[in-house]
Amino acid sequence: MQSINDYKPRIILNEYNITQNLPSAPTVLDETFNIKKLKKIFRIVIVRYENMEMEFDVIGIHPFIANTFRRLMLSDVPSMAIEKVHIYNNTSIIQDEVLAHRLGLVPLKADPRLFQFKQDAEDNELDTLEFELKIKCIRSKDENKDSSRIDDIYKNSNVYSKQIKWVPKGNQLDSFKESDVGTVHDDILIAKLRPGHELDLKLLAVKGIGRDHAKFSPVATAFYRLLPDIRLTREVKGEAAERLQKCFSPGVIGLRHTKDGNKVAVVNNARYDSSSRNVFRYDDLKDAVIMTKVQDHFIFNIESVGALKPDVIFIEAVKTLKDKCLSLLSELEQI
Amino acid sequence: MSDPSTKDSTTTKTPMVYICGECHSENEIRPRDPIRCRECGYRIMYKKRTKRLIVFDAR
Repeated sequence: MQSINDYKPRIILNEYNITQNLPSAPTVLDETFNIKKLKKIFRIVIVRYENMEMEFDVIGIHPFIANTFRRLMLSDVPSMAIEKVHIYNNTSIIQDEVLAHRLGLVPLKADPRLFQFKQDAEDNELDTLEFELKIKCIRSKDENKDSSRIDDIYKNSNVYSKQIKWVPKGNQLDSFKESDVGTVHDDILIAKLRPGHELDLKLLAVKGIGRDHAKFSPVATAFYRLLPDIRLTREVKGEAAERLQKCFSPGVIGLRHTKDGNKVAVVNNARYDSSSRNVFRYDDLKDAVIMTKVQDHFIFNIESVGALKPDVIFIEAVKTLKDKCLSLLSELEQI
Repeated sequence: MSDPSTKDSTTTKTPMVYICGECHSENEIRPRDPIRCRECGYRIMYKKRTKRLIVFDAR
């Protein structure tokens, strides 16, 4: 069995099992949590940030903390979603309860930090957003008589999320614009209508958390994985090098052309390897690589639904953890 | 319970609107009228949706 003896905590992916590396120094995994030590080694590196998607590395923490943040982002960071649907009229073929459920899942842009959790039965401007969806489908009378396109024959045959109109409550107009609180996407198909079908709905959105219902979760995906690390223990040349390249995800293994016209495999970037163990299918290659994962290096991926930026979601998760810890401490003091 | 005879007499005067299952046209039908669409002669009628407000949880 192969091993790498460096200072990092690692797991080694073997053909049929996983073994642990023996780090040369004590690591975060061996010691109890110590804030001074953490401050020394803890790092966050932002790798990719594209509008509502983000990838960053959290280095030097214990897995339980990484998992805490992941779980908090999914189920404890609040966001706004439609909660009550008042149906005045619905003559479309989609049933009331199905329509209400669909509307609940429509993501809203409203910043949950500017709202309170709903306390009592009464709606007020601090905890509720009101929307309206009034639409009627009719047969289109004007031009394109001969057209057989649905859009030419009928008017309003498709109901999209852009037709949900915000109705300001109280002083909400002073602090918000329609573009701040409306739907994130304007092209979500909500229902299909035919002439004579009509929708007349009042929608009430409140603040909630993902633990209660997935529609309140501010993230589409939030996950972490361990940093993969691949090492070659000997030179792999020619046809074997190309075979080795195919065993890993694209871009992981590169081929370097030597002066004598040979190709030699090198590790380019193990970060995006899928950690499949295809190499172990080849008896002549399996001894050439050591696949490991660094156990205190977490690659976080956060994809926001649209209300909050992904970095804000992470910070909110940290704040939530802090609040939870403080309330636990105050509870303990009362004993 | 109110007097059933007066209730009956009001319902005979006020026709109910039903929707044809075939041509979707609205038909006013009184009690003991033949159940038949005036437009197409279809014999299956549907009640109109309630005008009352219904509240649903979006869950």
